[in-house]
Amino acid sequence: MRKDAIFIGIEVKDEFTSDPALGAKLNEVCPVNIYKGTAEGVDIVEENIDECVLCGLCYDASPDDAVSVLKLYSGGEPLR
Amino acid sequence: MRFFEYEAREIVKRAGIPVTDYGFTTDAAEAKTIAERIGGPTVIKSQVLTGGRMKAGGVKFADTPDEAQAHAADILKLEINGHEPRGVLVDPKADVKQEYYMGVVWDGAAKKPLMLFSDMGGIDIEQVAEEHPDHVGRGHFSTLHPFSDFMAKQVIADAGVTGKALQRCTPILARLAQLFLDNDMILAEINPIAELQDGSFVALDAHMEMENEGMGRQKALIKALGIGAEEGTRETYVPSAFEEAVHAVDAADHRGVIQGKDNGFDGNIGLIIGAGGGSLTLTDAVRQQGGKPANYSEIGGNPSVAKACGLAKAVLQKDGVEKIAVMMSIVSNTRVDIVARGVIKACLELGKDPAETIAIFRIPGAWEDEGFKILDKYGIEYCDRSVSLWEAAGRAVEKIQGAAA
Repeated sequence: MRKDAIFIGIEVKDEFTSDPALGAKLNEVCPVNIYKGTAEGVDIVEENIDECVLCGLCYDASPDDAVSVLKLYSGGEPLR
Repeated sequence: MRFFEYEAREIVKRAGIPVTDYGFTTDAAEAKTIAERIGGPTVIKSQVLTGGRMKAGGVKFADTPDEAQAHAADILKLEINGHEPRGVLVDPKADVKQEYYMGVVWDGAAKKPLMLFSDMGGIDIEQVAEEHPDHVGRGHFSTLHPFSDFMAKQVIADAGVTGKALQRCTPILARLAQLFLDNDMILAEINPIAELQDGSFVALDAHMEMENEGMGRQKALIKALGIGAEEGTRETYVPSAFEEAVHAVDAADHRGVIQGKDNGFDGNIGLIIGAGGGSLTLTDAVRQQGGKPANYSEIGGNPSVAKACGLAKAVLQKDGVEKIAVMMSIVSNTRVDIVARGVIKACLELGKDPAETIAIFRIPGAWEDEGFKILDKYGIEYCDRSVSLWEAAGRAVEKIQGAAA
């Protein structure tokens, strides 16, 4: 699943989008509420994507390569 | 903070300035009792925080206590310029020989209090100053050094007043000046101060305004006047649509702080400015280089993208604003990249080209490298801390005024 705003894009690898535990964890750590945990797994709140402060907490809370934060103003360069 | 006349008179009285034997009431029957105590013709005056009382019928003369009661009943029901009266002041009708004006006002340009005196009282001092400038004496005094009566005397003499009137008015103006200092006033005015037939002087009306920031120091006075904390500053300022829009954006999001003012601004340079006194410095820098700001603003405290965007949209939607200048002194907690995203987003959402709309972006500091990447992507002119606030403001003026010419 990938969603792009103006400045930031968020990608959650498909194999992790149906993990409710990951959804809840991302919901907990993101300071600007980009992720929403649901019973089905992970959702991305589109209107909050450009509020991303590039803190990387979503990377730290996820298995390797599960999420990517992309800087669309810098050629789609990933945060990590 | 503003005061009703009956409160201002009490302040004057406490300063040792002679006042009439007036009374304040919210009840018409009590107005009669006060008039009976006074024992002669009276003046019934509506107590409202607005001008134009006389013209609106809020000041009436009574020959008897019954008439005073009837006038008080009428005036208590009379709304003036949308203001309901707090009550009425019942004042003895003075046997006046001559009316004078005296006032002390904070002079923001000189950063000192200014004393004013005129032998033409009872009318607006602005009108006297314009039509009879030789009848107005003026003089600044220090807020740091002790006040001396001779300074008041000089101001009164400058208005052409001599003899007994000069001698008697001097201590009154000196007390008014001391009252101004002691009570953190920005305006202390007695108009008129009347010379009665017996040669004595008495304050017939008073107008006081206290510096809002001084209210904390003046709690004892405010309490003694019976003013509750719920009354606040009694400001009657009506915010503009722009100011309300900015306030709504600020209130909707706890992150960061924005403010916008446009009362008195009618230029074409939209300003997104802030940081540690930066707003005042930048507004001055724009004006001193010939620019005409469309607004004043403050942004800081690490606002969200939405908040920066909201402020920029409000500024860009003001009549006459084609371009904005985004400038701050060096930021530490506010992030350059977040503000950059906000102002660019505002342009895009309003269908404007950010490169054309943002005349200059000068915010150095936290996350500036990331911010500069965003600005590069959209072709916006920006500068770092090597460019002074003055120079950045000058570039904005040149670009915006040049485009308008």
